[in-house]
Amino acid sequence: MKTHQAKRVEITIEAIMQSRLTDALRKAGVTGYTVLPVLGGSGRSGDWVRSGEIGRASGMVQVVCIIRPDRLDGLLEAAFSVVDKHIGVVSILDCDVVRAERF
Amino acid sequence: MDQILSLAATNLLSPIILSFALGVAASLARSDLSVPEAAAKALSIYLLFAIGFKGGVSVADHGIDAKLGMTLLVGIILSAGLPIIAFGLLKVMTGLSRLDAAAVAAHYGSISIVTFVAATSVLQSSGIASEGYMVAVAAAMEAPAILSALWLISRGGGAQRMDSDLWREILLNGSIVLLVGAFFIGWITGEEGLREISSFIVAPFKGVLCLFLLDMGLVAGRGLRGRSGALRPGVLAFGILMPVIGSSLGAAFGLLLGLSTGGVALLMVLSASASYIAVPAAMRVALPEANPSIYLTLSLGVTFPFNLTLGIPLYVAVASALTGV
Repeated sequence: MKTHQAKRVEITIEAIMQSRLTDALRKAGVTGYTVLPVLGGSGRSGDWVRSGEIGRASGMVQVVCIIRPDRLDGLLEAAFSVVDKHIGVVSILDCDVVRAERF
Repeated sequence: MDQILSLAATNLLSPIILSFALGVAASLARSDLSVPEAAAKALSIYLLFAIGFKGGVSVADHGIDAKLGMTLLVGIILSAGLPIIAFGLLKVMTGLSRLDAAAVAAHYGSISIVTFVAATSVLQSSGIASEGYMVAVAAAMEAPAILSALWLISRGGGAQRMDSDLWREILLNGSIVLLVGAFFIGWITGEEGLREISSFIVAPFKGVLCLFLLDMGLVAGRGLRGRSGALRPGVLAFGILMPVIGSSLGAAFGLLLGLSTGGVALLMVLSASASYIAVPAAMRVALPEANPSIYLTLSLGVTFPFNLTLGIPLYVAVASALTGV
């Protein structure tokens, strides 16, 4: 089957920033993304787990976007306008997709 | 003094406090006991609905008190003013940066609704009545503290990110909407409405509160275990001193307003408690450079347990003594 090269951008960000990030992505023309819950983790700001938490201050989510390589810079600029000062991780991976017209 | 000690002992050995202690102990001992996030949220929704509804029913029973507006205004003033006192104390007692001090100060002007719920439960057990509209005062005291903290930052030339989305999130956060909404439902439907659902919101209330405080104990213990290094002695001392100062101001204003014993005690609790739901979320957006380990651990790991175990009986006893009950 023919596949097409794409970029998979994974942004792990504080839950409170999720809507701001997805709004910024939409404004930048990135309309396809998936939001995943994150159960816990450890990093420069210490350990945390989601269980038992009732507030959104200490939770994280992951926003995953798969886009054409030529749209990567626009996505990153939009994402960084939101996430630059916040706890989180942005990673970019090469991937292949089957239906290129969807990205 | 005997009355304070007796009430403190009774409170410390209540199922509510012992459930919280179990949570803290289990967490510190690294037990795998945990409450799923969805279950914890469901418990908090139940408690907020029940406490809001019962407050509304109380107002429906007793009518609108002329003091309602004044008490709301005083609540807003306390919420806006306490962060300024807290900020000054933090600058004197700790070596926190202006940013961290302002973020911590915001938590101490706002309120902990769980402490409020626990205090109403203690008052109920002691047969002490309070004004039903204190629920509305609790809701009114959530947000002004955030504005004071942001003012403290902008006054020092610091940058903060305040936008319309954050305003909406602060003023319409789920806790406030549910608390105020349930208050109005209780007010509109009154005793008749309460009778219809009392088997759901009255009888199971304390049991649900026990489970919820077990969860809060687990979260507080986890915070203490993982982040206690973030708190220096001066910061820890602030976490105990500030509730005492806040409750003293709450008592003074409560007496000036002529509130009942329960009302004075609740205003003391509201002034003494520190937020760990609405304010931390607002601080993460508005002041992302402030260290969350400091304000979350201080609020949930130090001040919340202090208020729950020693503070509430102390405030109730002081309110009883001051109002001559």
